[in-house]
Amino acid sequence: MSTAVADGGTSAAPALIELIGVTKTYGQGAVAMQALRGVDLVVHEGEFVAIMGPSGSGKSTAMNILGCLDVPTTGSYRFRGVAVETLSRNQRALLRRNYLGFVFQGYNLLGRTSALENVELPLLYRGESVAARHAAAREALAAVGLANWEHHSPAELSGGQQQRAAIARAIVTHPAVLLADEPTGNLDTQRSREIMELVVALNRDRGITVLMVTHEPDMAAYARRVVRFVDGRVESDIRNPEPA
Amino acid sequence: MLWNALLLALREIRRNLTRSFLTVLGILIGVAAVITMVTLGNGATAAVSTQISSLGSNLLMVRPGQRLGAGRDTAGAAAFKLADASAIESEVSQLNGVAPVVSRTVTVVHLASNWSTSVVGSSNAYFSVGNWKIVDGRIFSDTELQTGKAVCVLGETTSNKLFGSENPVGGTIRIKQFSCEVIGLLAAKGQSSMGRDQDDTIVMPLRTVQRRLTGNQDVGMLLVSVQDGASTSAAKQQIEVLMRERRRIAANQEDDFNVLDTREIAEMLSSTTRVLTLLLGAVAAVSLLVGGVGIMNIMLVSVTERTREIGIRLAVGALEREVLLQFLIEAVVLSSIGGLLGMMLATVASIVLANLMAVPYVFGLQINLLAFLFSAAIGVIFGYFPARRAARLDPIEALRHE
Ligand SMILES: Nc1ncnc2c1ncn2[C@@H]1O[C@H](COP(=O)(O)OP(=O)(O)O)[C@@H](O)[C@H]1O
Ligand SMILES: [Mg+2]
Repeated sequence: MSTAVADGGTSAAPALIELIGVTKTYGQGAVAMQALRGVDLVVHEGEFVAIMGPSGSGKSTAMNILGCLDVPTTGSYRFRGVAVETLSRNQRALLRRNYLGFVFQGYNLLGRTSALENVELPLLYRGESVAARHAAAREALAAVGLANWEHHSPAELSGGQQQRAAIARAIVTHPAVLLADEPTGNLDTQRSREIMELVVALNRDRGITVLMVTHEPDMAAYARRVVRFVDGRVESDIRNPEPA
Repeated sequence: MLWNALLLALREIRRNLTRSFLTVLGILIGVAAVITMVTLGNGATAAVSTQISSLGSNLLMVRPGQRLGAGRDTAGAAAFKLADASAIESEVSQLNGVAPVVSRTVTVVHLASNWSTSVVGSSNAYFSVGNWKIVDGRIFSDTELQTGKAVCVLGETTSNKLFGSENPVGGTIRIKQFSCEVIGLLAAKGQSSMGRDQDDTIVMPLRTVQRRLTGNQDVGMLLVSVQDGASTSAAKQQIEVLMRERRRIAANQEDDFNVLDTREIAEMLSSTTRVLTLLLGAVAAVSLLVGGVGIMNIMLVSVTERTREIGIRLAVGALEREVLLQFLIEAVVLSSIGGLLGMMLATVASIVLANLMAVPYVFGLQINLLAFLFSAAIGVIFGYFPARRAARLDPIEALRHE
């Protein structure tokens, strides 16, 4: 749990995430679409990485692979040294369950379900007791500032509150990595700032490694490191010594 | 994990009550229909078979008048006499006995209770032929039969109405102007298939009834019991020949009496009700199957509708088999709820309909269990395909849905 890599140079922390020559091709033959054309990326424990780039440059594709929702066509993805592409569907589900937290642009909360039950969802699959689930979900909701909104359904929450609930769901399992694909894409500037400050705090206080896709330079300014995708490749990888 | 899946399924059912209710409805109606049909059918069959056994084996009823049709004419036909019974007993082979029967409906009084019931006048053969057992007291003595003494044997219902919980044997009842000593009590037989209470009866010596109630020598009916293993149709034929002779019926004339083989009729009735039960049950089972298709349909729609939700579950780390189990359990829980509600509805409907149709209500554990298990099985079978489809969704595709 360190905030190493602050100096834009070498790091002693072990490689948490390692993409080695990753490509991803959708479809076959004439309609084949190469979304990733050889991506190399190393992320260490505790880092806060913003991923930027134009639309269609392969950011979401890379996030899906990083999140173990998808596997590379060629190349390798090592998570804590384990080659994810060699794992089964179920083994990847277990990785997601135990190490990864997701936040999506569209929140993706279950409708007609209370915030508490939404946040509890990942714990349900870990077979935890009702009491433990409730306690953890309450704690996560409190951490994102939704302590008084436990019994509200998504329809009764504002966009910013829904994204907070989604973040609570992502961190309720105490994941090693938080993956966020344009988490502020649907929010206004003020709400976006609040979400970014929340994510920064999670990175700083809990040591959660954060990988976040964003369009807005304002939001990227919160990160210590900005990776730019263009046309399925990493175009630049810049360290920001003084994040906002 | 199973407990978890059950919890998830219940949560999901609660989350969409209307959809759940509609799903349940199909199964509910199917199960209720199957159970009600079979229960009523079994009630009817049971009634018929109770009657068969209460009739005694191989019983023939010989009555004056022609047998069938609207033009059945008893008025012109002469009644039987006691001599006809003796004649049958001596001339027809392989009989257990012949009981002459004459009956009247009368009001009977004991202390402050009175009760209207049918009095049967007969011989001791009546008890063996009609398969009646004596639980207390005795049957008639030869002197009582010959002299027409005022003694009687009570059926259980009549005894209860007149004597309450007291033992009637040794007591005295009044019928019209005469008193009658109770010498015996019959074992209960229960209802006949027509809903008539067979225990609502009083048996007296034939001569007593003839002298004190009917005032003539007529015998209304002859009950003939044929020995086990002997042919009832042969006995029937012998009786017909004998009676034609005794009643002097010319060769070109029709019988003015009829011989009814009660067992034959009862067996025909019971096999008819069995076939009907099967048929109705089968029709109802089809409706249960339709209910199952309904479950599959709604589960499939639900998988499509909930694609995004399934994507979320998969993204947070649900395993394929956990999603499969959740949907499967959802289907099974829904169909089982339908089954349970169906059983309840069927119980109420069966009791009400059995009452209306005057057949006994017999709770059928077997058909209830069978219908319930069948409904749960329908949940598994018709829930599996949608559940597998849900479990195999690609999480990314599922999340992108809508
Ligand atoms: N499932 C898919 N099938 C075919 N093409 C896809 C699929 N997903 C993404 N693509 C294509 O891959 C490219 C990269 O997409 P994406 O990773 O979503 O870009 P970004 O998130 O940077 O906008 C785009 O051209 C997109 O059309
Ligand atoms: Mg994208």
